[in-house]
Amino acid sequence: MTEHSPRRDLILLVVFSLVVLTAPVWLQPFGAAYPDLMQKFAIFGILAVGYNLLFGLTGYLSFGHAAFLGVGSYAAVWSFKLFSMNVIPAMVFGTLVAGVFAVVIGHVCLRRSGIYFAILTLAFAQMLYNLAYSVLTPITNGETSLQLAQDDPRIADTLFGWEPSPQLPSPELFGLELTGISGFYFCAIVLILCFLFAMRIQRSGFGLKLRAIKSNQDRMGYTGFATRPYTLTAFVISGMYAGLAGCLLAVTDPLAGAERMQWTASGEIVLMTILGGVGTLLGPILGAVIIKYFENIFSAIGDATLHGVFAFLPDWLEAPVVGVIGLFVGEGWHLTLGVLFMLIVIFLPGGLMEGVRRVGRLFSRKASPRRARNEREAREVG
Amino acid sequence: MTAMNAVLSVTDVNKTFGGLRALNNINLQIEEGKTHAIIGPNGAGKSTLLNVCVGRLKPDTGSVNLDGTVLTGKKPHEINQLGVVRVFQTPEIFADLTLDQNVMVAGMAKREGSFRFNPIRDLLSERELRQRVAAVLEELDLIGLKDTTAASASRGDKRRLELAMCLIQQPKLLLLDEPTAGMSRHDTNRTIDVLRQFKQRGLTKVIIEHDMHVVFSLADRITVLAQGAIICEGTPDEVRGDPRVQEAYLGGAHL
Repeated sequence: MTEHSPRRDLILLVVFSLVVLTAPVWLQPFGAAYPDLMQKFAIFGILAVGYNLLFGLTGYLSFGHAAFLGVGSYAAVWSFKLFSMNVIPAMVFGTLVAGVFAVVIGHVCLRRSGIYFAILTLAFAQMLYNLAYSVLTPITNGETSLQLAQDDPRIADTLFGWEPSPQLPSPELFGLELTGISGFYFCAIVLILCFLFAMRIQRSGFGLKLRAIKSNQDRMGYTGFATRPYTLTAFVISGMYAGLAGCLLAVTDPLAGAERMQWTASGEIVLMTILGGVGTLLGPILGAVIIKYFENIFSAIGDATLHGVFAFLPDWLEAPVVGVIGLFVGEGWHLTLGVLFMLIVIFLPGGLMEGVRRVGRLFSRKASPRRARNEREAREVG
Repeated sequence: MTAMNAVLSVTDVNKTFGGLRALNNINLQIEEGKTHAIIGPNGAGKSTLLNVCVGRLKPDTGSVNLDGTVLTGKKPHEINQLGVVRVFQTPEIFADLTLDQNVMVAGMAKREGSFRFNPIRDLLSERELRQRVAAVLEELDLIGLKDTTAASASRGDKRRLELAMCLIQQPKLLLLDEPTAGMSRHDTNRTIDVLRQFKQRGLTKVIIEHDMHVVFSLADRITVLAQGAIICEGTPDEVRGDPRVQEAYLGGAHL
């Protein structure tokens, strides 16, 4: 990431956009090309990109980012209920509310760094999670989850002559219903915009200063920078990314429950970032896709499917093979993820992106010096 | 000593750590354009004095003034913004960044103040800043290493990198804590040359140093500290001849 050129960044952005927008095609062979799952890929990609701005760039390991996801979801659903079913006001409102929470939580937590910071963010997130089930039930509707209702006021919609219908309305973008594949494309476009903004931050002076803070925060003080405003800004931006992801969860399914604020959800975000590659642009998105893929596809594989796949084996061999592999799929998908995670942390501490880089280097060593230089630059872009 | 054109004045500074009296009623004037060395045996309070000047430590009593502005109680970044820049005893750099980026960050602090949010503008478009960074790296003979990660630079290079980071900030006052500690004779002489060039530009410096070769080649004035108190101050010749210095600091040996 030391050297980059605007042209290379443009190529990266175009390629990234193409890959994201053609996802319904190339995800087909993986059995993951259905809108629900692809939406999740995009939404958690946004979450991971934003989280990486804090953890990867600034070096602050937050263990409570799911709180912002939840706050964004609740705020978006409230916007649907009270204001309009249009997704734009819901997303603006949800992101801003998450930003306000991030200012308050960040202001307190950033007084400490390292493990103390992580514990403070975890405490805040768990506090919000528990409040959502207790004191805040008038706002969160507790365990029933916050849902749309027929008699919601929807001020703006009523004003513009919305007709009550026996069906529950669904989120729309100026008349376009965001269900199914259109919902995916909407999330994909937001992801591309978020990726672009994250790339701008990384390439800017602001991004360089964040990296300097990660490297040696004390020195930043003696260099003449007040570090707290920088860390707080990074925290708030990353909290707003999480809030935006929360809004999109509400857009694709207008229902907000507190379970998405639980600490396991926060931990999952950390896993995504480390799996893909901390501090890289593409890594966190890759990590998010892999974890969501395992969660949805691997967990759905049952013994019957395995027997189908291994039917070519003789019977005496098929049973034990299916028995062993069966441990890793279905209910046991966590086991696969755990093994994968351990392998990556031990052999590729830089995450999957480091693996990509190593493969790139392997090829460039055999190739001409000019090619090698190109490879190196391409590596630094990612 | 007259306080005619003192850049930095330390007045009645006391600092204790538990029962240890680290600084005992220190009064010190640093004149503009001069190189002022502070010497003394280990534990004399030299580094504590420097830490008080840059805001890392707060004195129990007394104050530090820069051109009439009180520094005592200010945060390190505020003191830096006023033009006091410090070089640390062990190289303090941004190890994960390249040499180029290290100097760039320091340059941005000088240009933008303590905080600015500019997430959109690409670093590559910062032509004027890049030119200044290149000029400073060139001057300190680091331009060939500009894309190297700072962590992998040699100790001498790291030291000069710190000097480059100071230089780009165009400080009023430069505080150097043992700038040649652990350096080879060759690197030491190189550093002395660089510091001499700084002096020709009229930069005021305070140097803490153990190496008498460095002290006597650079200093205009020398202050000798022992057990937290100033025991002697004067020109290099005066200090060299002072029997108290020889007793306290050099154990009776002749310089």
